[in-house]
Amino acid sequence: MTSEQVWAALAGIADPEIPAISLVELGVVAEVAVDGDAVRVELTPTFLGCPAVELMRRRVEERVRELGGEPTVTVSTRRPWTSARISAAGRRKLRESGFAPPGAPTCPYCGSTDTRRENLFGPTACRSIRYCRRCRQPYEAFKSV
Amino acid sequence: MSERERLLEIADDELVLGWRDSEWTGIAPTLEEDVAFSSIAQNEIGHACAIYELLGEDPDALAFDRDPAEYRSAPLVELRLLDWAHAIARRVLYEEADRVRIRALLGSEDPAVAALATKIDREETYHRAHARLWADRLGDEPRFRRALAELAPYLDGDRRARTPDFAELRDEMTSVRRTAPGARW
Repeated sequence: MTSEQVWAALAGIADPEIPAISLVELGVVAEVAVDGDAVRVELTPTFLGCPAVELMRRRVEERVRELGGEPTVTVSTRRPWTSARISAAGRRKLRESGFAPPGAPTCPYCGSTDTRRENLFGPTACRSIRYCRRCRQPYEAFKSV
Repeated sequence: MSERERLLEIADDELVLGWRDSEWTGIAPTLEEDVAFSSIAQNEIGHACAIYELLGEDPDALAFDRDPAEYRSAPLVELRLLDWAHAIARRVLYEEADRVRIRALLGSEDPAVAALATKIDREETYHRAHARLWADRLGDEPRFRRALAELAPYLDGDRRARTPDFAELRDEMTSVRRTAPGARW
């Protein structure tokens, strides 16, 4: 087994809270190391209080076992997650599913920048609520951290 | 004070304040504040958990199994506050003090501590912005100014002594641990 195969397999795991984007696109997979059948995966959580981390860990373990590997999945902040870790494809998929990617005040529905922040906090730790004055659509924005 | 002692103070503050802030879930003055206080509480308890782990301990054991005398939380976070002006005043006072001590850890000689402080500092940006918004909104409102003046001394109170409010909170915090040993979310 190669680390490329593991990365490709992990790219198929959807984020539990925003299924439009994968764990790899979200940037939570910090490192993959393969030694024979032993596969070490390090995850870096988007937010420390994110309750989805345990679910992510279990899904990564399942996926590695499906490949025939023996997983050791750790969660570490030694390389702290920042919103810059979201890939270009990930940002596009967020927009397509109605989330403004981090740092962009642009309405994901109509593209207007005439938007305002409604609430710093949203339904999960990683999201804020914004409102588009042009198309009058409330939407969620990924926080910049 | 050693860095370890400082980290334990921070983690205990975040744990206890997380529980206190979560008491507003469902009964805050607006739906937005229900969401804000719930989200802040979730983050603060996440920070406590990450720091306890960094200290090399089982987070649940540190959070729930210690003798009350072993906690190092500030009196400010232990108080049961039933009034919104006080709840906001506490957030304002706490976030400013927390900012200073977290920033001081960014330069830690221990790379794991510096990395975790970096992570926490970024997340706290939102808590500080929330506190600032409310401080600006309430401004010179007498109820808010009185609450700030009343609560400020509790920030620097004795961390080795528990406030009278702590016992009831600890009962609540540890109820699942005590009644369903080994339970996991």
